[in-house]
Amino acid sequence: MLSRTADHLFWMARYTERAENTARMLDVNMQTSLLPQSAQSAEQGWRATLSISELQHMFDHKYAVLTPRDVLDFMVRDPANPSSIASCLTQARENARAVRGSLTTEVWETLNASWLEMQPLLQGQALERDPSQFFEWVKHRSHLSRGVTIGTMLKDEAFYFIRLGTFLERADNTARLLDVKFHGAQDGMAANGTGDGAEQPLDFYYWAALLRSVSGFEIYRKVYRDVITPARVAALLMLRADMPRSLLACMDEVVANLQAVSNDMSADTERLAGKLHAQLRFARLDDILADGLHDYLTAFLEDVFELGNRVSRDFMMPLAA
Amino acid sequence: MPKFFDEMYRDHAGSVRPHYQEFEAWLAEQACEAIAQKRAEADLVFRRVGITFAVYGNDAGTERLIPFDIIPRIIPAAEWAKLEKGLKQRVLALNMFIHDIYHEQHIVQAGVIPPEQIFRNAQYRPEMQGITVASDIYAHIAGVDIVRAGAGEFYVLEDNLRVPSGVSYMLEDRKMMMRLFPELFARHKVAPIDHYPDLLLENLRSVAPLGIADPTVVVMTPGMYNSAYFEHAFLAQQMGVELVEGKDLFVNDNAVFMRTTQGPKRVDVIYRRIDDDFLDPLAFRAGSSLGVPGLLSVYRAGRVTLANAIGTGVADDKSIYPYVPDMIRFYLSEEPILNNVPTYQCRKKEELEYTLANLAQLVVKEVHGAGGYGMLVGPAATKQQIEDFRQRVLAHPEGYIAQPTLALSACPTYVESGIAPRHIDLRPFVLSGKSMTMVPGGLTRVALTEGSLVVNSSQGGGTKDTWILEN
Repeated sequence: MLSRTADHLFWMARYTERAENTARMLDVNMQTSLLPQSAQSAEQGWRATLSISELQHMFDHKYAVLTPRDVLDFMVRDPANPSSIASCLTQARENARAVRGSLTTEVWETLNASWLEMQPLLQGQALERDPSQFFEWVKHRSHLSRGVTIGTMLKDEAFYFIRLGTFLERADNTARLLDVKFHGAQDGMAANGTGDGAEQPLDFYYWAALLRSVSGFEIYRKVYRDVITPARVAALLMLRADMPRSLLACMDEVVANLQAVSNDMSADTERLAGKLHAQLRFARLDDILADGLHDYLTAFLEDVFELGNRVSRDFMMPLAA
Repeated sequence: MPKFFDEMYRDHAGSVRPHYQEFEAWLAEQACEAIAQKRAEADLVFRRVGITFAVYGNDAGTERLIPFDIIPRIIPAAEWAKLEKGLKQRVLALNMFIHDIYHEQHIVQAGVIPPEQIFRNAQYRPEMQGITVASDIYAHIAGVDIVRAGAGEFYVLEDNLRVPSGVSYMLEDRKMMMRLFPELFARHKVAPIDHYPDLLLENLRSVAPLGIADPTVVVMTPGMYNSAYFEHAFLAQQMGVELVEGKDLFVNDNAVFMRTTQGPKRVDVIYRRIDDDFLDPLAFRAGSSLGVPGLLSVYRAGRVTLANAIGTGVADDKSIYPYVPDMIRFYLSEEPILNNVPTYQCRKKEELEYTLANLAQLVVKEVHGAGGYGMLVGPAATKQQIEDFRQRVLAHPEGYIAQPTLALSACPTYVESGIAPRHIDLRPFVLSGKSMTMVPGGLTRVALTEGSLVVNSSQGGGTKDTWILEN
């Protein structure tokens, strides 16, 4: 497959996944902001959504004060914000358009239709009136493009690069989500505690919201049949291979898809992916918490970033001859 | 405007031509609202599929749809049989002509075409002189523009031998009609055209460089901002080959390679949808980044096939067009099956005199002009415009040709006010490789403005599905 094609497919998938994750994050924040809480902690919630995406600086540059409405606008439809949902869906579509010949008609039409449907949804006050409905739509479109990819594409390189993009992006997003929530939680409660953490009702909602943002609330109940504790949330989102948005599950896919496209230059990249995967596969949560979850996630994010760069270098910009 | 031939109605009293009777009866049964709804559905689908053209930007508004009309243009089997025969004859002769002028130039020596018409032509490429191309084929894909005029005779208006577009619309229009009106296809025997991409791939594989058993074919595009990008991507996908840009290719060791995730891969046949000028910055336009440095040298060594070949433009020029019937007689010893539009060459003294005396009735065109520029449409021009043009022609007579104003045939078409006749043309596609093939059909373009003869999509023209009826 053409290197340029691989590049477009990889980013098409990353942008689609990123739009979904942003929608999930914002939706959860909308929900929690409806709970009784101080103005300060409400603002903290919105700040966290910006910091997860490393967009605080850009936002502050544009707005003097933080209002939920502005954060929403900035994260959803601001074309100047490359990570806004509108930007992500546009870039996903642009990448797909550049390689539409390598996609099945259904995959291309799904991405193109998402982009077309998005325009009227972002106009007028519909988003402000019912943000959740919009976020549902984004999630749904992302599910659809993933599903149509699996359902219609030949399992060849094109497919593997798409999947690689999806899971690398998802690993990054889950790690960020966890990191910010745990980090923000340090003051309120013992994030490294292994005991029952849900004494205060607000904490319960807090962790429940985090779980919901990754469709993990019901899974948590099913797996633990017990109260929600931060440690179990961390274990679920990091170390459980059967939890589709966990770090381990993402790395499973990254390793497998990388192996499927392996070339003469990619040995080191596969080694790095394998190392990250093994660390999660054989980790014990107690050890991670003892060493500090934040440090662990920071290192993980750096490695995922490095992995993305290496994939680009090995496959998408190979030397001429 | 002279009276025109109507494809559906024999006369204005409403007598329907036999091959349209079934359709006309069906149309009469349809409710207006149902039709309007189908048309809206077509627009929606075309947009979702992304069958768009024109300058591309970030705003939704800059991607335009080509209007699609749901009334098909129907051609009976016998008429098509003659057209097909004539088209193949014509393209065969044109290929022989291009080969000849880049080799022995028999046709010039025989005095059929004056040498300056060829060698002073801007589209003549001296780089091609003496080069051997696979199977001696130059115009692998030809899109010949056909019009009907007068009492319904077909005329060839233009031979497009460089990078003719439109085949994707031909195929998508058919898909759309079958989707919207399946019942119509049950009532008519419409010859299928969907196998075009197979024929194209087979054709391209058949002209690979000598000794390549399993050639790698690619489609080369200037990129997604090109107005025909949809077609490039569509054809690559339908053929199952890579769609490449110049930057994806490089030349090494006297061969062309593409950059792949598994390292360099040799390319044997390039269906290029990019003009000669941009193919190789080392040989042609230096500043262009669309091409591949060194491509020409590999091509000249016969180690890659370009479709269409470099330098085919010399044969589809307006100054060469008047000679095509003579070419057919010269190379094939046959009489041309299809008519040329009578053409006066202002470089010839008597024809210049005739032209100048009849400017008000003629269409005068610049020999190297394109896209409707540098043209005088006599009947529609003011006295002043005619006088200005007279001076231009007098100053540089060899730069102009003149033709009678044709009354293009019309076909009933849905417009704002309902169904009304609109002028149309037809672009069938002829494939030349080891053999010659065509699918029964072509792209019918329609001028949507009342009385207009301009069918170009860039000027608001639309398209129709073209049906060749089987007996």
